[in-house]
Amino acid sequence: MRKTWYAYPYLVWMAIFIVIPLFLLLFYAFTVTTEEGIKFTLQHIKRVWEPIYLMVLLRSVLLALICTVVCLVIGYPVASILASKEYSHNKVLALLLVIPMWINFLVRTYAWMSLLGRNGLIDIVMDFLHLPPVQLLYTDHAVVLGMVYNFLPFMVLPIYSVLTKMDKSIIEAAEDLGADYATVLKRIVIPLSLPGVISGITMVFMPAVTTFIISRLLGGGQYILIGNLIEQQFIVVGDWNFGSAISFVLTVIILISMGIMRKYDREYEGGAIW
Amino acid sequence: MKKAFKIFGLLFSIIMVVGILAGCGSASKAQLKVYNWGDYIDETVIDEFEKKYNIDVIYDTFATNEEMYVKIKGGGADYDVAIPSDYMIERMIKEGMLEKIDFSNVPNYKYIDERFKNLPYDPNNEYSVPYMWGTVGILYNKKMVKEPVDSWKILWDEKYKKQIFMLDSSRDSIGVALKMLGYSLNTRNMDELEQAKEALIRQKPLVLSYVSDEVKNAMISGQAALAVVWSGDAVYTKRENPDLEYAIPKEGSNLWVDAMVILKGTKNKKVAEQFINFMCEPEIAYRNTTYIGYSTPHTEARKMLPPEILNDRTAYPTDEDLKNCEVFEALSDVIKEYDRVWTEVKAAR
Repeated sequence: MRKTWYAYPYLVWMAIFIVIPLFLLLFYAFTVTTEEGIKFTLQHIKRVWEPIYLMVLLRSVLLALICTVVCLVIGYPVASILASKEYSHNKVLALLLVIPMWINFLVRTYAWMSLLGRNGLIDIVMDFLHLPPVQLLYTDHAVVLGMVYNFLPFMVLPIYSVLTKMDKSIIEAAEDLGADYATVLKRIVIPLSLPGVISGITMVFMPAVTTFIISRLLGGGQYILIGNLIEQQFIVVGDWNFGSAISFVLTVIILISMGIMRKYDREYEGGAIW
Repeated sequence: MKKAFKIFGLLFSIIMVVGILAGCGSASKAQLKVYNWGDYIDETVIDEFEKKYNIDVIYDTFATNEEMYVKIKGGGADYDVAIPSDYMIERMIKEGMLEKIDFSNVPNYKYIDERFKNLPYDPNNEYSVPYMWGTVGILYNKKMVKEPVDSWKILWDEKYKKQIFMLDSSRDSIGVALKMLGYSLNTRNMDELEQAKEALIRQKPLVLSYVSDEVKNAMISGQAALAVVWSGDAVYTKRENPDLEYAIPKEGSNLWVDAMVILKGTKNKKVAEQFINFMCEPEIAYRNTTYIGYSTPHTEARKMLPPEILNDRTAYPTDEDLKNCEVFEALSDVIKEYDRVWTEVKAAR
């Protein structure tokens, strides 16, 4: 970054909203307030590794992974349809993908509640078809569904932007040299779109692993994820130290996974959103 | 292009200045920040207060006592008036978070029923003015539950697997388990607390969801057979769906009082007292109690109620119903243990 005067507001912004909160997080995570004053401690960090919290952490990562895979499986074909020049309605499709993002995501999640709930729209349709009612709301499936629905655009858009920027003449050259559709896809399109895929994966995985409102509304408070655990420590229990310790561990995990992703990204150079 | 920028800049500055001036204009009006439970007031009452005294009321809501406590304790909020429950008021008094009320500014306090004065959480009536009271019990759907509901044990019955709503609130849900086991819901005995935890974990597979305000709509639309609810929610839901009925289990339950308090550090103590006094005007108290469905401690408002409400044991239970009921104590020394138990219940698989 060139250091010119107009970069300073940005530096101040970063200091106030990123650096100071991070220090506060570290402070709470590693200290304990006793009668003699504030002391350094590792007890909160140790507590995170207790089996019960570890289970919650693993479950959150697992659910986020499932969500990411589903998003990728759905998102990649959608992105390639949107990016293909032959298809004439892709502008409309892109708009349809983006418009729901204009509506507050809490509202959309509540809408899913009334769709999935007993005597909800899906139940009414099932009843109409003389099928037995299914309990959809307050299950793992509902949580995954809510996450996929909310985070899918974050998978589609980076892949879409990479695919549209791709040099079409390479594909044409390959076809001229006799490559069939599958070979073109395997040897050219997929490798070239990997940066988009990678940034898509990170952009879906991270919010998915920390979400707390989707699991609370659609999971009914019994599918406690790491985000719920942190929220509960701050809002209900008032144990800021433990809440910060969990957040700290989670931040480290995210940084590590970002590092791994970056490594891959560098191999395939550029094109990603960040 | 540059010229366009300049014009735009000038316009922008004008808008800013006008905006700031307009802001000053409204700031001269006195302001009152009220923090209350969700869905816990007839909102037209607020408008009326604003008009009558020319005061700007900022009204926010919370879902649990703990949420309210953490927000105020953390210093992230500067409310003047809040409406917490008994045990939380006791805790806040102990921690010096409340302002003593000058009762000469609250003449309508005389309407408060003597039964709701000198309660353990505020023994000398210095800090709080009772707003609503009620019980915790079981709301059930008569179409789905054919047997009589008179014990908490029904919430542990395999028959109702995935048909039960529990409250997403540590004190209330642990209290239910303690009462089911025959203990006091103010227990300090770690062994009893541990047993309550085991019971709640055992119950978990049967629970459809841990809920708060949304339980009302869920029960009205028949999403579950049984739910632990506050009595006022029961009154409201019974009105909307006649299949619903409410019972206070024979093992006893929680008798609670929500009261209005003034928070330490308020800049408008007079206005806050004015507001509390306004809320105790017979007509206003009557409107609130009929809107919310909770029971009022206000003697005059109670006289205005139609007999079908007064004789409804959900809203105004008999002394026999209340025989085994207890008021929550603050339990400051063991509250962390209650929170730990609740987290472990919620995190258990």
